[in-house]
Amino acid sequence: MENKLPTIEINERYCKGCHICVEFCPKQVLEMKGFVVAVKNLEACIKCMQCELRCPDFAIKVIP
Amino acid sequence: MAFDYEKYIRPGKLPHIWCPGCGHGIVMKGMIRAMDTLGLEKNNTAIVSGIGCASRLPGYIDCCTLHTAHGRAAAFATGVKLAKPEMTVILVGGDGDGTAIGGNHFIHACRRNIDMTYIIMNNYIYGMTGGQFSPTTPHMHKASTTPYGNPDPSFDIAKLAIGAGATFVARGTAFHANQIDKLIVEAIQHKGFSVVEILDDCPTTYGRRNKFKSVIEMMNRLKEVAVPVKAAEKMTPEQLAGKVLTGILYKEDKPEYCSEYQKVIERAGGAAR
Repeated sequence: MENKLPTIEINERYCKGCHICVEFCPKQVLEMKGFVVAVKNLEACIKCMQCELRCPDFAIKVIP
Repeated sequence: MAFDYEKYIRPGKLPHIWCPGCGHGIVMKGMIRAMDTLGLEKNNTAIVSGIGCASRLPGYIDCCTLHTAHGRAAAFATGVKLAKPEMTVILVGGDGDGTAIGGNHFIHACRRNIDMTYIIMNNYIYGMTGGQFSPTTPHMHKASTTPYGNPDPSFDIAKLAIGAGATFVARGTAFHANQIDKLIVEAIQHKGFSVVEILDDCPTTYGRRNKFKSVIEMMNRLKEVAVPVKAAEKMTPEQLAGKVLTGILYKEDKPEYCSEYQKVIERAGGAAR
């Protein structure tokens, strides 16, 4: 089976920069870029959906 | 698959007003997932709240919503439920709104056992009004009105609800985001008054006064203090000191208020619904 990379959509208008997704990502996929979150290492993503689940601001969508 | 939260959110209402790192957004997402799991119809669901940070939640959700006076969510919701017993009524609010200003309404709603679900977001403080101590602020913790520490012992909302007669009591935390929707689903399905307490974080008014350096530290604290009910059975009282039990804490079947009230109507010769 082909290991397809997920798409991580970040809504920069909603993100308040609380760091929750960055800290609780088990693979350090995300990082802070200034005030908002950005994808640093998409290849490492295991699609655990923790960032989408925990984001209090509805700013992250992971499309596996 | 990415969950489509937008389906239940009023268009144009996001981003919400809650501070960066506030757990209320996580609870709202859990609530939306629970509503989706149960397939609740928007026109047949009422969300009622009082005043406070947590009570802003109904403004974002595209259902029948009611934003009422401070602490009076339970009173207004009782009216909604009695007028339309077929509706699913969900109350949301914070610890100050629910147990201090609305304390009396809360215990009497528990006592009546009316079929509603009360989601209390316990962030240990009055957030919106400027960080005054609430009945759940831990002993000797600081708030804007208790700068040298709060001398009051705190309420245990779950025990209060059980004591007052609620027939379903559960507790979760904003850290255990996956558990929130499961608890809310069980609470809505339960026929009777259900209380779901969600331990939350308030980095702005509680965290910074109580030596929490970041939102992450507050979230990790929730992770550390929470002990699932099943795991707690095998632990000694020493191991449980300072811990908080999570999961379904209490459940029993008792006559529900709307059906009891219908019996009174029938006895008085009124029309059947």
